[in-house]
Amino acid sequence: MSERTLTRPVAERTELEQHFHDELAGGRLVFQRTPANAWLPPRSEDPVTLSGDWEWAEASGAATLVSWVTYHIAYHPYFEDKLPYQVAIVELTEGPRMIAPLELGGRSPVLDMPLRLDIRRDGGEWIPVFVPGDGS
Amino acid sequence: MRGKTVIAGVGHTTFDKQPGRSTISMNIEACRSALDDASIEKDMVDALYVKYPTSRPESFYGQKLAEAMGVVPKVGGAWDQGGAANASMIGMAAMAIESGLCEVALVSFADNPRSGTRQAYESAGANGIYGWFGVPAQYAMVAQRHMAEYGTTSEQLGAIAVAARKHGAANPRAQLRKPLTIADHQESRWIVEPLHRADCCLVSDGGAAVVVTSEKRARQLGIDHAVPILGFGQGQSSWDIEHRPVLTRTAAKASAETAFRMAGLSPKDIDVAQLYDCFTITVLMMLEDYGFCGPGEGGKFVEGGALEVGGVLPANTSGGLLSETGMPGMQLVIEAVRQVRGESTSQVAGASTAIVGNQGGTMHTHSTLILGR
Repeated sequence: MSERTLTRPVAERTELEQHFHDELAGGRLVFQRTPANAWLPPRSEDPVTLSGDWEWAEASGAATLVSWVTYHIAYHPYFEDKLPYQVAIVELTEGPRMIAPLELGGRSPVLDMPLRLDIRRDGGEWIPVFVPGDGS
Repeated sequence: MRGKTVIAGVGHTTFDKQPGRSTISMNIEACRSALDDASIEKDMVDALYVKYPTSRPESFYGQKLAEAMGVVPKVGGAWDQGGAANASMIGMAAMAIESGLCEVALVSFADNPRSGTRQAYESAGANGIYGWFGVPAQYAMVAQRHMAEYGTTSEQLGAIAVAARKHGAANPRAQLRKPLTIADHQESRWIVEPLHRADCCLVSDGGAAVVVTSEKRARQLGIDHAVPILGFGQGQSSWDIEHRPVLTRTAAKASAETAFRMAGLSPKDIDVAQLYDCFTITVLMMLEDYGFCGPGEGGKFVEGGALEVGGVLPANTSGGLLSETGMPGMQLVIEAVRQVRGESTSQVAGASTAIVGNQGGTMHTHSTLILGR
């Protein structure tokens, strides 16, 4: 009855959030930093120093697994044929944490396991997917 | 503050579907019923605290309700702490009474997410692009970390749901009265793994309210069943879960410590607990943060029926959010009052102290109340 939606749901973005996604499209995962802190998601001020004087920095892509969940229900039509799929909290080596898709290729998730960033074009968007980081 | 103020009366609507009924109407029924229970006239009310309806926030809700009830509060308004708000507002009412700002406070909440809109609970944020949606997933993320860190099992979470349903089955007011077994819990479908359907609370319409006044005033008015407020506290973890440095600890700890200090009590002095069971993991972590067991020991603590009446710490004795009503928090306060009065449908023999844990967001906000004689 309803037409199938084939693109990912994109929320309204601030300028800073748009910059983050533009950088992803260029193959770079960026975060913000001051001498005192490194963080995501993009904010106008550093939550530690309250300073608006910060810079963008590029993440190495190395991360560890903080936690994960497996979706068995699609909350949006795009994900219907992706079920079951995993989403994780990852901690970048540089410190910031973020929500990201987790694809372990059949391996079982293990707490604090090393992960590696793999930016992919998918569903109309550039997505920071995290995969096993130990080369296997 | 210990014992200076009391909960003089409690009231609520039925807990189910109330299609077409406004939240104002449900708040009024709950307040009318709480005033009746306290035998206090409406004209004595000089404070009105209300948790605005979560599923459809609107500004100046406190004033809208005051107008609809024909009361002219000296203090009050609507408070935004999600599910922690009800217990917090009771503490704020107690402080306002003790400091002379007012004498009789109504604290109320109503919402209709079951028959009305659930938009506030279901909106996709910035991470929807990664497939990250909904409230259950956030609690599932915390549960998964707890499992991976401490070996907590889904069956142990199930024991929390089994206890709630057992108490709910005995409560004629409960929305879901079907008893549950661990096997049923394990067979219930995944919502977001590692949380099954039976780990998740109900969605309910309804309203609930309490009357708070001073111990002295209650005595003058001859309110025999008034239940003293012994302690209260609050704490806020604030950050969204992906940014919380430690996923398995929350500000419930600070909240409970403040409340226990005010009450001059410790966890071993508590006879019965009403702990916000929006998801089973919330109860398990609250047991740890409150000091009923050590960090990581929640699974072992609950698995032998500790939370059932007759167990070490009977909890959610009216069925909680998992079985009585999914409404956020006030009904847990009401059940604590009923336990201390000796009126619960799953009464803990001789219960004289009750603790209530309310929390909002994904363990973002927390509020504790200790009641007792």
